[in-house]
Formats: sequence, C-alpha cells, structure tokens
Amino acid sequence: MTTTIYIPRDSAAISVGADFVANKLAQLDEVEIIRNGSRGLFWLEPMVEVQTDQGRIAYGPVTADQIDGLIEAGMLEGKQDHALCLGKTDDIPYLAKQQRLTFERAGLIDPVSLEDYTAHEGYQGLQRALGMTGQACVDEVKASGLRGRGGAAFPTGIKWQTVLDAPGEKKYIVCNADEGDSGTFADRLQMEADPFGLIEGMTIAGITVGADKGYIYLREEYPHAHQILNEAIANAEQHNWLGDNIQNSGKHFHLEVRLGAKSYICGEETALLESLEGKRGVVRAKPPLPALEGLFGKPTIVNNVLSLSSIPGIFAKGAAHYADFGMGRSRGTMPFQLAGNLKQPGLVELAFGVTLRELLEDFGGGSASGRPLRAVQVGGPLGPYMPESQWDTQMDYEALIQIGGMLGHGGLVAFDDSVDMAEQARFSMEFCAEESCGKCTPCRVGAVRGVETIDKIRANDERAQNTELLKNLCNTMEKGSLCAMGGMTPFPVMSALNHFGEDFEK
Amino acid sequence: MIASTKHQAVLTAINDNKELEGALLPILHQIQHDLGHIPSEHVADIAEALNLSRAEVHGVVSFYHTFTTKPHGQHVIEVCRAESCQAKGGREIEAAVKEALGVDYEQTTDDGQITLEPVYCLGNCACSPSIKIDSQIYGRLTTQSVEDLIQSLRSEQH
Repeated sequence: MTTTIYIPRDSAAISVGADFVANKLAQLDEVEIIRNGSRGLFWLEPMVEVQTDQGRIAYGPVTADQIDGLIEAGMLEGKQDHALCLGKTDDIPYLAKQQRLTFERAGLIDPVSLEDYTAHEGYQGLQRALGMTGQACVDEVKASGLRGRGGAAFPTGIKWQTVLDAPGEKKYIVCNADEGDSGTFADRLQMEADPFGLIEGMTIAGITVGADKGYIYLREEYPHAHQILNEAIANAEQHNWLGDNIQNSGKHFHLEVRLGAKSYICGEETALLESLEGKRGVVRAKPPLPALEGLFGKPTIVNNVLSLSSIPGIFAKGAAHYADFGMGRSRGTMPFQLAGNLKQPGLVELAFGVTLRELLEDFGGGSASGRPLRAVQVGGPLGPYMPESQWDTQMDYEALIQIGGMLGHGGLVAFDDSVDMAEQARFSMEFCAEESCGKCTPCRVGAVRGVETIDKIRANDERAQNTELLKNLCNTMEKGSLCAMGGMTPFPVMSALNHFGEDFEK
Repeated sequence: MIASTKHQAVLTAINDNKELEGALLPILHQIQHDLGHIPSEHVADIAEALNLSRAEVHGVVSFYHTFTTKPHGQHVIEVCRAESCQAKGGREIEAAVKEALGVDYEQTTDDGQITLEPVYCLGNCACSPSIKIDSQIYGRLTTQSVEDLIQSLRSEQH
C-alpha cells in the first residue's frame, strides 16, 4: 500500500532543510510525496505529515538523518511513539486555536494542483461572481468589511467601487506582492501555499470592474514564490480559469508576474506603479488616486496579496460569514506573523481583538533565548517599538492607532532584554536613508541627519540639545513627507526614545 | 566574456521583452541574470529600443539595488540586516560573514569569487537569522553554521 507523505516546498521550510528530507523520503518504496505549502508552524519546520486513517500525523522539526529512526519507530504507519511526533496535525494547539479563513488551505493542499484547489472550495467564489453584476460584487466586498491588509487598512470595497465607476475601456488589477516589511511573511506563505487563492481573488476583481489584465508585482527576494505562481498561472490558463472567455462566461482576464528589483519603497503603491511602468520607483503625489489614474494612467485596483486572497472565501461563503469575525470597524481575520526572538514563530490567523500579549505568550511561547522579552515592533520597520506596558492592547486597527501604534501588515518582531534600543533607532534612520526614493527632502536628507544625530546622542555629544534636535527632525519628517517611508520612520525612532530612553544614555 | 557576446546578450534581452508593457525592468533583469551586470556601454541600445533617453535608463539602473554596472563575483552572498534577524543575533552573523570573506558590503573577494551584499528581509523571519547564497536561502543560522557554509562554498571552487 502506498503511503502519502507531505513535506513543504515553502521557502522557509527549504531554508532549514526540507529538500534534504524530501530527497531522503523519495528513496523509500511505496511512498507518494506531496510537496505541500507550510502550515505556518515554522518552528516545527521541516514538518513531515503522514496520511493515515485517522487523519494526518505530524512530525517535526525533522532532519534528513532522523528519517531512518522515524521509520523504525513506525512513522509510515502513523505511530506516535517517536519524540518528534506531534500527534494529529489538526490537534496541534497552535493550529487548532486559530481561525483560518484566508489561510484555510495553507499546508492542506498541493499548491499547484487545481484538483486539490477545487476540492477545497476553490473557484466556488468566482463561479458565483460570474453570475453577478459588477455592482453586486462590489456590494459583497463592502458588506464583508474587508480593509486593505497591506497596512493602510483602506476599505477594499470602496476602492473597488471607485474603479468600477471610473470611465474608460482599459483598467488594471495590480497585486502588491512586494512584501518588504521585516517580520512579515504572510504574503509569501500565501503565494507558496495557496497561489490559486490569490489568482482567483484577482480574477474576481477583474471581472467586477471590467479589467482584463492583472499584474502581480513580486519582490525579487522570493524566488520560490515566483516559481510556484508561474506554475499555478500556467495551470489556471490551461484549464480556462485565466485567459479569454473564462469558463464560457464571455469574460476575459490575463495575469502576469513581474519582479521587483530590491527596492523597499516599491511596496508603496504609487512607487510600485512607477516601477511596473519601467521607471524609477519614485512616489507619486496623490491625488490623482491610483483608482482613477493608476497603471499607465488607467483606473487601477492596487491591493495586497492578503486582501485579494481573502476575496474567494468572501464570495464562496458570503460576506456575512467573513464580517462575523472581528471587532468594531476591523472585520474578519488578520494573519499575524510572529517573528524575531520567539520560541514558536509562525503565522497565526485570528479574528481582530486578540491581545498582543496573547500572541507573544500563548502562541509565541515567550522568548527563544529564555531571557525576558523587552520590546516588540508591531507593523514592520515603520511601526513603533512597544514596551510591555502596551502589550494588553487589542490587535485592532483603531485600538493600535489610539496608542500611537499601527497594525500595518500584521508583523510582530520580538526582542529580548539584550536589545540596545538606541541601536534599533539608529537602524530605522539608516534603513530610511538607504531606501528613500529621494523625492521628499525631509526623508532623503532627514534620515541621514537622523543617523548622525543619534550617533551624537549616544556619544554624549551635547546630548540634551541633540535629543531635542532629533525630536524636531522626526516631526519634520513626519509632517513633510509624501508617503509612509519618511512619514513613519519617526515612529520606531520616537518610540525607542520615549519608552526606552535609558538606552540612549549609556 | 568577449564584447560581442555581451552585446548579443543585451540585444537578446531587448528582443525577448520589448513588446511587453513597461518593458525596461524585464529587460534589465534578463541582462543582469545573464551577464551579472548591466554593461554601461550598451545602455544606449536599451534606450534606443524603448524610445527613452540614456539618462532615463541609467536612472533606472542606478535606482534599484538589483542592477549593478560592475560584474559581481561568481557567487553572491546576501546577509539579512533587518529587525527580525537582528533580534536573533543577525549582527553577529553579519560580522562573521565579513570576517570570513575579508570584505565589506558591496565588495567582492580578491579572488573574484564571492560578492557580499546586504538584504533587507528575505521573508524568512520565522526562521531568523537568514542569509541567501545565490538562489538558496538558509535559516536558523549560527556564526558557526555560516562559517561552514562559506567554507564549503569556497572548497567547491577548488
């Protein structure tokens, strides 16, 4: 009897040896190996799952040289005696406690198998959308309460409405897959685990507003995602889920992946559009909104990977199902990404409202080093560092804004007490200097001066005056920059200064 | 590589991509991939094919970290400098790699084999710290495992 074994082709799993494990398993007789996506339990990768009568049994983290021992202990029969056995995958508390909507299929299926995708509710959303008017589709998205998951949290339905109403024959759908924020990997996981979810979401967006062309702007640092997306697009084209006259509906939608070229600022939507047009990634002034004058001057929906990947489920299960999760004006679920110095880093998709402390302690398991946690940067490199006094904040767009924070793309990077917060503040300025597109002077020049000023403060060179100067500089950057790069670099800097001021006086 | 072959690679990249919307980045990616750099002497060919000025093409080449005007080494090591890796000892990894290679960022070892570059996040933040060697990402590194990786990269060259 052939045993089915799952081992991810996810790039994080591969980075810690999944390919070696897969190669070793491939030498066995009567074994079928499926390279699935990751479940997002990254501290357990490479995680091997064996299909049994009782469901999938997980083992991890597995190295290639442990395979012989696992087989002797009955892994192929799903025996659970070996120390690496994690029991039934579905019962692992980290996974069982989650509310997975967007990531429902992650790790369950072979990411490039259309058969697997359609067997797990795939393309039911598009089938439904094909029978609806554009306005009815937009209303469905509005009713779901979905807000842009890239970081800005703008209501997705309103953006779609603007593009639907914009005059013009030619419109575009652009997916922002330039996931440059440190501490975030949900877009990558989604694209590597369930690329059809993104493809279907973009297709629904296309038929809704009458756009027949879509681009996925993917960062170059994601070669595995690139490969998987291209395989999935080819499969979708072959089975008429992309291209002309999709499923005999008379609707057309073509999709192409374009690579970025290592520029953080190209994650900003207008810089991204410039880059797609073949130009320097320089931020555009708004208005005009990209929804009215976007790619090549045409009305364009620019949405993040997670926003678009949430769309198929909203159409398949209905908007109300999605909107039932969450709190206040933050509806649905958020894929939080636990990173940095945590024992159990990974992806945690939950309804809005969970506290930061629950994420850090109940899921993250505390620090990896065993030392006390001291600071958590929430929302990427432009998000503030939060001290322990703020960890009981509920993770919700508005609640975070109230305390001067932001949810951003949902990344959390935890630091233990060995961190030097003055060094972290300096790095924020250094990163801004490195990645500024150069358009706004407060960002371009301010970041360089910021590094110099922090160096002076740390060297006790006119410390009081230079601290005041740094505060002024941050204010100028915040108020005088077009986009979040210059406008929000002050967040991590000022939070370090306000909450961890002692580190600047060493 | 002799000059005419280089020129041929540039012309091929132009021909393969020039009909695309926003063709410049795809063209530059293909040249960078095939030649390891964008030869300044052929920027004029790209500009002419796309009806752009040489300054515009140069502006794009110089804007993006990916595109370089000088050839890089046979291998490229990219070390993640971003926050998640910092929280897990990334700064020690940076120091260890620089020490082992004897070069700083944006430099190539004396034997022309390995170029060192910084990278700001590889999306491998749940397995920090990370580096990338050519197209392969390595996670959960220690200073020891990084030195071993560099050692084995060097020994496969001899």
